[in-house]
Amino acid sequence: MPGTDANLFPVFRRFSMSGNIDSNWNPFALAGLVVLTAVVLVGGFILLQTVQAYKVLMTVFAVVWGLLSTALLFFVLNAVAENMPRKIRSVSVAVVFAGPAVILLFWALVIPTLRTLRLSFMGAYAREYVGFSNYEFAFTDPIMLESFRNNLLWMIFGTSFCVIMGLVIAVLADKSSREKVFKSLIFMPMAISFVGAGVIWKFMYAYKGEGINVTEIGLLNAIVVAFGGEAQAWLLIPFWNNFFLIAIMIWLQTGYAMVIMSSAIKAIPGEINEAARVDGANSFIIFSRITVPYIMPTIITVTTTILIFSLKLFDIVRVMTGGNFGTNVIANEFYLRQFTYGNSGQASAIAIILLVVIVPVLLYNLKEFRRRRVLK
Amino acid sequence: MKKPEKGKRNPLVAVVLIIIVLVWTIPTLGIFITSFRESSDIYGSGWWTVLPHKDNVKTGEIELPADTDPNKPVEIEGRTATFEQWRMGVEFEDGRMLRWFGNKRSRKIEVFEEKWVGFGANLTLKNYRDVLGGGMVEHTDSEGNIISRQGSNFADAVLNSIAVSIPATVIPILIAAFAAYAFAWMEFPGRRPLFIIVVALLVVPLQIALIPILRDYTGWGLNGTFVGMWLAHTGFGLPLAIYLLYNYISTLPRDIFESAYLDGATPFVTFVRLVLPLSIPALASFAIFQFLWVWNDYLVALVFLGDQNRVVTSALAAMVGEKGQDWHLLTSGAFMSMIIPLAVFFGLQRFFVRGLMAGSVKG
Repeated sequence: MPGTDANLFPVFRRFSMSGNIDSNWNPFALAGLVVLTAVVLVGGFILLQTVQAYKVLMTVFAVVWGLLSTALLFFVLNAVAENMPRKIRSVSVAVVFAGPAVILLFWALVIPTLRTLRLSFMGAYAREYVGFSNYEFAFTDPIMLESFRNNLLWMIFGTSFCVIMGLVIAVLADKSSREKVFKSLIFMPMAISFVGAGVIWKFMYAYKGEGINVTEIGLLNAIVVAFGGEAQAWLLIPFWNNFFLIAIMIWLQTGYAMVIMSSAIKAIPGEINEAARVDGANSFIIFSRITVPYIMPTIITVTTTILIFSLKLFDIVRVMTGGNFGTNVIANEFYLRQFTYGNSGQASAIAIILLVVIVPVLLYNLKEFRRRRVLK
Repeated sequence: MKKPEKGKRNPLVAVVLIIIVLVWTIPTLGIFITSFRESSDIYGSGWWTVLPHKDNVKTGEIELPADTDPNKPVEIEGRTATFEQWRMGVEFEDGRMLRWFGNKRSRKIEVFEEKWVGFGANLTLKNYRDVLGGGMVEHTDSEGNIISRQGSNFADAVLNSIAVSIPATVIPILIAAFAAYAFAWMEFPGRRPLFIIVVALLVVPLQIALIPILRDYTGWGLNGTFVGMWLAHTGFGLPLAIYLLYNYISTLPRDIFESAYLDGATPFVTFVRLVLPLSIPALASFAIFQFLWVWNDYLVALVFLGDQNRVVTSALAAMVGEKGQDWHLLTSGAFMSMIIPLAVFFGLQRFFVRGLMAGSVKG
């Protein structure tokens, strides 16, 4: 392995294998344990599938069984590995430790990526190859083009608002004596699901319609009416409705940006700020010349994370408009193509496009990983 | 120049912050308050009316004589106006407002006066009872009509969410901790390339995996099962879990492993007795992160659970689709779906923030 410091602790790595320790498992007991584990795993699954009554009891059972099975599986696999011949024992133990994770990663992410790539060149029912026609659809279909435009809006306006608001709040909160309370409250939406946030904002945007003596129960329309304006069905106004959806994401994600940047601001040495103040710099100059440059790496990380997030955004649009009225986004079209139109080829092509857009970030992560030599 | 920290108590900063915090909390407050209001109130007035304010309150009714002709201007209490004007409401100098109720034949006038209201709002738990239950539920709209609906059975959804979220949080942690320990302190073939794959997978969007996994599940009969959800969430959560736990476990001091070895402990015993207890801060950070992620997830539940075993997010989303204007059910349902994550969040915020910092790259 060139360029690694993997050999730094060769002695210990050899130590840590169980090479020299003999397992005290009796082969019959071990075989019995393996059978018992299989019974627990299969029996629990069948029980869970067949019993529909006793909802509370079955929930408890599902949780206990799921956790117990995982622990039991590791215990048994390890016992088997420790009973292996000495030569391969140490590697066996390592395989038992890392194996389940590696298998799951390959099954859940690595292989599906390749399978999706293959599906993206096939027809709606994955029966025949259709060349690039799914990609042609993805880049020419009017709905797809609209989705691309909307995703661009989400990425540009959603991300920049989150980051700027987050930064401003972080700086202001830093000057306040009630910092913790303010930050907690702005951070709180992070604990709310996008579906929940959808309901919260649907209620904010609620529109009762025209008619005599109608009382608007949505706060936004009530405010508009109170100032003499006319109530609107905000989510039905073409083009601008996108911004009413983006506002929800800003509400949800600003707290994240704020918390991360706030801790970066706290890491700025106090002497720098004081020196600047002694030199007569005002708050704004300190902000633009010291704070922002100092936490630039953090700003970039936060921006990238929210960019990726807004690219994959699905729940908000799905719940608020279902992608109608000109608010569709790529991830929602992916869902519609697969589950409404039943076209796995087109859906796969869309998923691959999502991945390709993210590849630069992926490569950057790998570069950073190499540079920082995380793996000893 | 005595105190360079003078900016610490800038009142303008406090005012701006308070405004921002209000904007951020009022939407949630709105559904919270609404969920406790009587359904007839919800549809008749905004939720903010529970706060004390001045409003037009109905103080009486006037029955017009049966021979009143609504097609001609009508005189009431010394004022003459057409039906349309009465219908819109006519204001009197003494502050009263008279308004025709209903259509022309009703011949009924309602009297409104400006008064301070909102000191004693009607609060109820009925909305929660209705949304949690599964049978038929009734509510009253602002005109007094009684409307019947099939209940949403949200209690089952909460139980399903618990059955999905707890194992889908603990299982990946356990698997990832074993793997992180192996990556940090063991030699095995493919260690480095495998870890590079883990890093690469951190940002991969999970949309890429949904269709193939769905095909597997259809073949294996795992669609709509909790096991299917656990496996999928475990797979999607593992890259971040391994990465975070590796960063922590690899910094544990080497001496403890050496002395454990000298005491004759196997790697398994070392892991259970030493690594897990020592890694509790990192485990807790990821646990909260993953729990909130799984509890709040909608896409994975929608794809793999479908309509059987609905979790809170999909139950709530289905409610938005089926009963989009039933705010008494939607608000209480939304709040039911938020209670547990909010409790976890406020209780363990410190760990959550730490987890966020360490892994702001989740895919």
